[in-house]
Amino acid sequence: MKKIIGMLMGATLLLSACGTPGGGTAQNTKSQKDADTVKIGLNMELSGAVAGYGNQEKEGAELAVKEINDAGGINGKKIDLVVKDNKSDTAEAATIATSLTTSDNVIGMIGPATSGASKAASPNATKAQVPIITPSATDDSITVVNDKVQEYIFRTCFQDSFQGVILANYATDNLKAKKAVIIGDVSSDYAKGLTKSFKDTFKGEIVADEKFNAKDKDFKAILTKIKDKDFDFIYLPGYYEEAGLIIKQAREMGIEQPIIGADGFSDSKLIDIAGAENMSNIYYTAHFSEKAPASNKVKTFIETFKKEYGKTPSSFNALAYDSVYMVKAALEAEKENTSEALTKGLATLTDFEGVTGTMTMDKNHNPKKPAVVIGLENGKETSADVVNP
Amino acid sequence: MNVLQQLVNGLSLGSIYALLALGYTMVYGIIKLINFAHGEIYMLGAFIGYYVANNFGFGLVLTLLTSMIICAILGMLIEFLAYRPLRNSTRIAALITAIGVSFLLQSLMIYFVGADTRPYPQLMKNITYDLGIFQISKIQIVIIVTSLFLMLLLQFIVQQTKMGRAMRAASVDPEAAQLMGINVNYTISFTFALGSSLAAAGGVLIGLYYNSIDPMMGVAPGLKAFIAAVFGGIGIIPGAALGGFAIGIIETVVSALGFTAYRDAVVYLILIIVLLVKPSGLLGKNIKEKV
Repeated sequence: MKKIIGMLMGATLLLSACGTPGGGTAQNTKSQKDADTVKIGLNMELSGAVAGYGNQEKEGAELAVKEINDAGGINGKKIDLVVKDNKSDTAEAATIATSLTTSDNVIGMIGPATSGASKAASPNATKAQVPIITPSATDDSITVVNDKVQEYIFRTCFQDSFQGVILANYATDNLKAKKAVIIGDVSSDYAKGLTKSFKDTFKGEIVADEKFNAKDKDFKAILTKIKDKDFDFIYLPGYYEEAGLIIKQAREMGIEQPIIGADGFSDSKLIDIAGAENMSNIYYTAHFSEKAPASNKVKTFIETFKKEYGKTPSSFNALAYDSVYMVKAALEAEKENTSEALTKGLATLTDFEGVTGTMTMDKNHNPKKPAVVIGLENGKETSADVVNP
Repeated sequence: MNVLQQLVNGLSLGSIYALLALGYTMVYGIIKLINFAHGEIYMLGAFIGYYVANNFGFGLVLTLLTSMIICAILGMLIEFLAYRPLRNSTRIAALITAIGVSFLLQSLMIYFVGADTRPYPQLMKNITYDLGIFQISKIQIVIIVTSLFLMLLLQFIVQQTKMGRAMRAASVDPEAAQLMGINVNYTISFTFALGSSLAAAGGVLIGLYYNSIDPMMGVAPGLKAFIAAVFGGIGIIPGAALGGFAIGIIETVVSALGFTAYRDAVVYLILIIVLLVKPSGLLGKNIKEKV
C-alpha cells in the first residue's frame, strides 16, 4: 500500500513538473514579438473516427495561409502554420494544446474541429493564455462554462442553441408551418440543446414530442403513431445516421410533410441511407452553401479552392478558411502579433467579412452571423436561404 | 387500425430476432455454450451480402444463399478453431472465448472495412401495400415469409432427418450418442453451420430493411436475440422463435406507448420477471437435477 502511495506521489510530482513550462508565458510573448514569423498551431483530427472533418479543415486553413503569405503576411510577417494530429482523441487534443503553446510557442491555435476535443483542449490553452479558435465545434458550453465566458476560446461557427432558433423561425416564416412533431435524439447533448432552443422559440403548436436513442434502427412504431396526426412538419434534431433511417421509413410509410434538421444532416451519407428518392421536402441548417453566397468573397474563394484542390469546398473547408482570416483581422486591428493582441482582437472583432458570412463576435465569444437553410428535392440541393438571427 | 399496424411492425422486427435466437438456442442445446459471437455472424452475413450484391449483381435469393453458405462455413471454422480445443474445459472458459471471438470479429471488420455506416444495395424496389386495415411493405412481407420458411425448414431438419436425430441425441447425452455410433464433432459442426446460416439470412434481410450496415450492428440484436432465446426457454427451438417474435412485439409496443428511450430497459425488466416466475423460460420444462 505504501508503495502505491509513494508511486502516486511521485507521479503527481512529475506531472506538476510538466506543468511549469506553461507558466513561462511572459517570456514566450517577448520572443513572439521578435519572431520573424507569426506562428499559428493547427490542432486537428487528421486521423481516427472524425478524420474527415479535420482533413477538410486543414485544406481550408492551408489555403488561407498560402493566400495571406502570398499577399505579404500579417503586419508584415509571414504565417508559419504548425500542423499536429490529435487522432480524434480528446486526451491527445489536450496534449497537443500544451505542446503547441510550450514548445512551439504559437500565438494562437485553430481547432480542434469537434466539440469534445475542443472542450478538452481549452483548459491548457487558458493556462498558457494562448487563444483557440475552433472552426466547427457547435456545443454551447465550449465558450461559456457555468455562465462564465472562457476568455481564450472563440469559434467561427454558430452554436447549437442558435440553430434551433433559426429552424423554428424558418418553419414559421418560410414554410408557413404551425403544427410541429418533434422526433428527437435523447442520447446526445447536441440534440437535446437543439430541441430545447426550438421549443423555446417555436410559437406554433407542438403536436407530439417523440424520443429515440442513438444507434436505434427501427422507428416504425413512432412513425405509425404520428402518421394520422394533423401536423405540418417534423423537427428532427439528430445526426445523419438515425435521421437517414427515419426519413426513409417515414417516406415509405407515406408521411410526406417537410422534415427539418440541423447541421448534423450535412453529410452525403444522409442521402445514401435514406435513398435519394425519399429525400424531398428536407431542410437543414448549414454553415456555408455555394448556392447562397453569404458575402461577395464566396465566388473567389470557390474558384481558388477548386484550382488548388480540384473539388468544391465544403462547410468545413470554408469555416477553417475563415478562422485563419479572423486571426489576420484580429492581429491587424491590434497592430501587434502576440497572443494578447490576438485575444483582444478576436473578442472585439466586428463586421468581419468571411466566406461563411459577415460576423461580429458577441460577449460570449460566439459570432453573430447568418445561417443558410438548405432545401433538398430528390436528394439534390434545390434551395438555399440565408436566414439572419 | 394502429394496433394492427404496430403488430405488423413488431412481427417484422421480431422475425429477425427469432432467426438469430434459433442459432443461440441450438448451440446451447447441444454443447451448453452461449455463443456470444453469434451477433457478429449476423453482421458478417450482412457484409457478405453487401459485397456479393454490389460486386456480382446477385438478386435477392442468390445473395441470401451465398451469404448463408459462406457464414455456415465461417460458423464451422469458428467452432473448429475457437471452441473445439476447449471442449473439455470449464464452461466459463468457452463462454469467455466466445466473447473474445465476438470482439475479434468486430475489430477485424472495423480494421478492414472501417467503422462507417454504409447504405445497402437495393435488391428490390420497396412498395408499400395498403390493405385498408394496415399497410405492409414488400420488404416486410419478404422478411416475415423468409423467416417463417427458414424456421419450418429447420424444424423439419431437426425432427425428420438423420442429422437432426443425431443433434437431438447429442444434446441429451453426447457420450452415449458417441457410443451409439454418432460422430459428435461432426454433429456439432453441423449445428453451428445451421445456426450461422440463419443468422446470415437475418443479416441480409435487416440490411435490406434498414438500408444501413456497420461492423457494430451485431451487438444490440445479438443481445436481444439471446434474451429472446432465454425468454422462450433456451435450448428449445420453438421457444426461440416465440421469444423472438415476443421481444419484437414488446419493443414496438413500448415505442408506440411513447417510451422509446426506455425500450431496452423494459425488455430486460420483462426478462427478469419471466426468469423469476418461470426460470426455464416460457416453453421450458422444469427438469429436476439428478443428485
